[in-house]
Amino acid sequence: MKIAVLSGKGGTGKTLASVNLAAAAGRSTYIDCDVEEPNGHLFFKPGDIKYERITIKIPFVDDRLCNGCRKCVDFCVFNALAYVNGRLKVFDDICHSCGGCVLFCPEKALSEKEKDVGQIQKGVSENVTVITGILNTGEASGIPIIKKLLNDADKALEPVFIDCPPGSACIAMESIKDADYCILIAEPTLFGVHNLNMVYELVRLFDKPHGVVLNKCLEGENPAEKFCMEKGIKIIGRIPFDSELGILNSNALIAARKDKKYRDMFSSLLQIVTKEAQNETVINP
Amino acid sequence: MKIAIPVENKSMETTVCQSFGRTPYFLIYNTELKDGLFIENDAATSQGGAGVKAAQIVVDSDVNALLTPRCGENAAEVIMAAGIKIYKTVNDSIMDNIDAFNKGNLFVLTDIHAGFHNHAGK
Repeated sequence: MKIAVLSGKGGTGKTLASVNLAAAAGRSTYIDCDVEEPNGHLFFKPGDIKYERITIKIPFVDDRLCNGCRKCVDFCVFNALAYVNGRLKVFDDICHSCGGCVLFCPEKALSEKEKDVGQIQKGVSENVTVITGILNTGEASGIPIIKKLLNDADKALEPVFIDCPPGSACIAMESIKDADYCILIAEPTLFGVHNLNMVYELVRLFDKPHGVVLNKCLEGENPAEKFCMEKGIKIIGRIPFDSELGILNSNALIAARKDKKYRDMFSSLLQIVTKEAQNETVINP
Repeated sequence: MKIAIPVENKSMETTVCQSFGRTPYFLIYNTELKDGLFIENDAATSQGGAGVKAAQIVVDSDVNALLTPRCGENAAEVIMAAGIKIYKTVNDSIMDNIDAFNKGNLFVLTDIHAGFHNHAGK
């Protein structure tokens, strides 16, 4: 079972929920797909880390073979190529690694070279396998790293918890693609409702079974809760706005490992999620 | 001398466009013949890499200089590789800028920005 945890913006509690769910699950896998700023490892502090380089392929021109026909320049919809002063220029940062220019070159002047975009770190924290994707600073897209992370997830020890990048853009889509269930984390504010709606639309578009966890719950009215009621979205858990939990989390400690109260809270959330995900599989196999 | 200017419309009365990569047209002007033509910027509607494509269009127009309010680093790389000088425009008027260029009053554009990538503030 693969469970993706997402939210419309950063700081809502994706990492809090996914880290603690994985810790409460015991033998499990935690995958940090928030490759632009992965932080789950700060809580798990995994040991025995193995590193893997992630590269993409970008075109490389042999000037002796290029005759300036410009078929590649005309082909590239991303405009990553220019032909100036009798030489082909390649803009690595604009290239989307489609490989089309290499196929189209009639002179076989283009080949592909590897370019580093980031790395994957795999380690262990108690009985949780912690896998972290890290995008190099300045790189435009984390997609190649997320693709690799989730390819490996097929062989990972289940349950797998996928800590998604914030928002509902391509990288979030890539992260939930193979998920069996999506947990949407929401804040109790109007702004929180707006962000919740973004990811709610996303999971509906992808036809993913989903439920909402209300985070930072206070006494009184909760706009996110109201939104869920109106839309008929299932609320599967509530995390209180609690200074004790806040302090543990701010000190990069895993609440579910430190305090039975929180372990029970996340264990029962996990039970609900497991049940919901299984129900969905029975109804929509 | 042949110069290129990003412009809003196909008329000498139009104004200089604030964006290089996504300008709708370029004026290609011959300062000796005092004659110009307007070419469409096919890069204006591209999803990404507009600067590179617009620069390719300018390079292919065989100009000696580009007069523009601003220019991104990828576009500048293409323009400069072709040996085309980039000058900063002084105001919105096409003729003011051509006059200033003819008198040698334009400064070389030095603040090449890192690219706005669809987030250009107008």
